[in-house]
Amino acid sequence: MREIVIISGKGGTGKTSLTAAFAALAKNSVLCDADVDAADLHLLMQPEIRQQTDFMGGGVAVINPDLCAGCGTCMEMCRFGAINDRFVVDVIRCEGCGVCVDFCPEKAIDFPTKRCGEWYISDTRFGPMVHARLGIAEENSGKLVSLIRKEVRRLAEERGADLVITDGPPGIGCPVIASIGGATALVIVVEPTVSGIHDMERVVELAAHFRVPGMVCVNKWDLNPEMTEAIEQLAIKHHVAVLGRVSFDPAFTRSMVEGKTLFEYGEPTATQQQVRDIWAKIISSPSMNPLGIMDFKSTIQ
Amino acid sequence: MIISVASGKGGTGKTTISTNMALALGSEVEFLDCDVEEPNAHLFLKPVIERTEQVTTPIPLVDLEKCTYCRKCSAICRFNAITVVGRKVLIFPELCHSCGGCMAVCPEGAITETGRELGEINFGARNGIRFINGRMRIGEAMSPPLIKRVRSLADPAKVTIIDAPPGTSCPVIAAMNGADFVLMVTEPTPFGLHDLKLAVETVKLLGIPSGLVVNRSDIGDREVFAYAEREQLPVLLTIPFERRIAEVYSQGRSIVEEFPEWKERFCELFHKIETIIHERSTTA
Ligand code: SF4
Ligand code: SF4
Repeated sequence: MREIVIISGKGGTGKTSLTAAFAALAKNSVLCDADVDAADLHLLMQPEIRQQTDFMGGGVAVINPDLCAGCGTCMEMCRFGAINDRFVVDVIRCEGCGVCVDFCPEKAIDFPTKRCGEWYISDTRFGPMVHARLGIAEENSGKLVSLIRKEVRRLAEERGADLVITDGPPGIGCPVIASIGGATALVIVVEPTVSGIHDMERVVELAAHFRVPGMVCVNKWDLNPEMTEAIEQLAIKHHVAVLGRVSFDPAFTRSMVEGKTLFEYGEPTATQQQVRDIWAKIISSPSMNPLGIMDFKSTIQ
Repeated sequence: MIISVASGKGGTGKTTISTNMALALGSEVEFLDCDVEEPNAHLFLKPVIERTEQVTTPIPLVDLEKCTYCRKCSAICRFNAITVVGRKVLIFPELCHSCGGCMAVCPEGAITETGRELGEINFGARNGIRFINGRMRIGEAMSPPLIKRVRSLADPAKVTIIDAPPGTSCPVIAAMNGADFVLMVTEPTPFGLHDLKLAVETVKLLGIPSGLVVNRSDIGDREVFAYAEREQLPVLLTIPFERRIAEVYSQGRSIVEEFPEWKERFCELFHKIETIIHERSTTA
């Protein structure tokens, strides 16, 4: 089974719109939205939820005022400043280390496990999808990403699908690391701006750090052709395959407003062809076909 | 006064708004780039960097001479960052949250602390605007410790503008908690609205007053405005999509410097924020 993860470093480059467009082109694939912090793919996929499961994160300290003797041990031990002078734990600051629990001489501190979010297995018009919702202000996004990636692989196996398309989170931190580990290849969506190229460099370094092959496509390339050129040069320098360019096209926003992918909106356009060509390149790329075998089950329509 | 500029969804123009507001206001402000995974503000503010500090977080270091393999350290660690196998203590630095539990619990005093590199903090200035940014090391998973470190450098005598990371989880909280105002930047599209709602929930949880900037205000649909009205979220500035603005941005130039009429609008934005903070502090 192969898994491509679409990431971008910088947010707002059109990663999710492109993921949805790829989903429309792929056959026999399973979708995964690993951007659990601000998941948007479902807005285009309108998934019908088949199964919903709670995601339990770590514990959080709760001091029982009846047992607390006010000795101040917990406050001294807590390195996160989460306990105030009235011996109440600030859930937002609590790191969930449980050190106060273990050191409280009165055993006055409970450590209940928090429900941090939920994850879903759904059906969409483009096949099954695994997605999640991390609770507001929660931690453990990396853990949730690892969990849904495990589930999506299991689901793909079960359904005999040989391709997983994953919409990754922005940045380079724990949810991103959890998204790319062990993936077959990364598709990095870059916009031609000074921020875009700067963030791409960091993502490319991250990909190299975790040894996942990367490929780059420039979205809204015509907003700055020179920068697009520079991005492609940089990609080549880092041994990252260049997939192509997608034009700045308001059809992306318009189709989004209608909850559709680019291919379900309006007449066939030049932009659609660009995306089609990029998808063909992704599927036939050497990193997706390590043995040189082209699997036609998941090629373009 | 601390103003945190946040967005839920990435790429809505958070950095554009925060840097242009800073440039419009000049030397009365300082700028902290807390988007440490992808810091970009320096590309627009173009500060002269004066010095750089490496930042580490404590992780345990075990002296095997003293260790009796009692396993108390691995029992206390909620993050599976330290385990004892046979006559070895394995430490997984990238899992450690630096709580100090293992060191505190070790009966033999065998554990001391060393550091795991989180990244670096750069200090600089531009036109009298004090500039600080955090830059997380590639491969480091946890951004909140570095964000908190950058936050701790704020000068209380100044107006502090913070460029927060996208999202709604712990990194954003680290960049917003304790701020006097959260300025949210969105675009009027279904994705923008969906992520804005999450951001609004986050801000509510923290109990910080907030307002909205709608960027590329004429693309997409009108839902964002309807939502803002329902939530009584003041729309403090709208910026229509203009190709010349997009192009100036793509080249790393600032709107207020290229189009002087915008300087006034960003100053006005700041005064509206000031008024809201002031009203809030007099009623509270
Ligand atoms: S669990 Fe850890 S972070 Fe939370 S209050 Fe206790 S010592 Fe502080
Ligand atoms: S400092 Fe805390 S998180 Fe780190 S190894 Fe020790 S007990 Fe575990």
